[in-house]
Amino acid sequence: MNAHEPSSLLAGSPGLPKSNDGDPVFAEPWQAEAFAMTVRLHEKGVFSWSEWAEALSHELFKPGRRDDASDYFDCWVAALSRLVTELSITSVDTLDDLTRSWQRAAEATPHGQPIRLENDPIK
Amino acid sequence: MTSHDHDHDHHDGHHHDNHFSDMQARVKALETILTQKGLIDPAAIDAIVETYETKIGPRNGAAVVAKAWSEPDFADWLQRDATAAIASLGYMGRQGEHMRAVFNTPETHNLIVCTLCSCYPWAVLGLPPVWYKAPPYRSRAVIDPRGVLAEFGLTLPDKQKIRVWDSTAELRYIVIPERPAGTDGLDQSALADLVTRDSMIGTGLAKAGAGAA
Repeated sequence: MNAHEPSSLLAGSPGLPKSNDGDPVFAEPWQAEAFAMTVRLHEKGVFSWSEWAEALSHELFKPGRRDDASDYFDCWVAALSRLVTELSITSVDTLDDLTRSWQRAAEATPHGQPIRLENDPIK
Repeated sequence: MTSHDHDHDHHDGHHHDNHFSDMQARVKALETILTQKGLIDPAAIDAIVETYETKIGPRNGAAVVAKAWSEPDFADWLQRDATAAIASLGYMGRQGEHMRAVFNTPETHNLIVCTLCSCYPWAVLGLPPVWYKAPPYRSRAVIDPRGVLAEFGLTLPDKQKIRVWDSTAELRYIVIPERPAGTDGLDQSALADLVTRDSMIGTGLAKAGAGAA
């Protein structure tokens, strides 16, 4: 892997699922989005590599993980959420509220329309 | 455009056109906050995701196309009942959505629109291209499909008709591209490598076989 690729460091995250040619693989689009956001935040210096690796490891080694590791990116997102709250970029409550708001927005959006946060009926 | 006389809600009456899983919603929430704080730019995120386009999801539509090219009986079944034919390979839609396969021929090229919501069957087709989500694309693709395709580098013969299929909440489409020339000796796995995401939404053709001139 070329050092200029955005994923050069993050692709070294512990346990990251990879293809035979060494690229990360994602089961669903949101996993790639979470990966990409983490890459950008790290590139911007929002957190260091060791801070990231520690946050991710903390989630990966929690009890109750699925045997087939299909929850790897659930852990990834939990680690990212934890880091951004620990760094006071946002609060746990704000993040939780916004998560529910996006779910309501999706359910309130008719087919064929873009899902926008403003579509949340009780926002 | 087809008339939309499809069956409605056969399940529980609580059907929503769109739904975000907990994880999808959490990722959207993070994206919203980080964008508001000026820490990320959604376009930059899309650009990174695009580089992994071929690494996302099972993209099992390519195997469906390769099997249809190789096995006339399967192609017939796909044409009659794509939902069942695709399910027979073990590929189930996430929300049990119905699939319809539309076959390209020398006379007719098919193009699928609709990725504005969460109904795009990415597990079959692969990740949609970023530009596909731009609202103007959908309307322009309906009004001037030949012009839009030309912009994407796909110039079709004037005599080839273009049919545009608009996905509904209950019915999703897959384009079965024409089998490229010079691929007679290839097995299904080699054929599947020729089937691009773009060829399954109709904005491209299958890749030429290595044996083709």
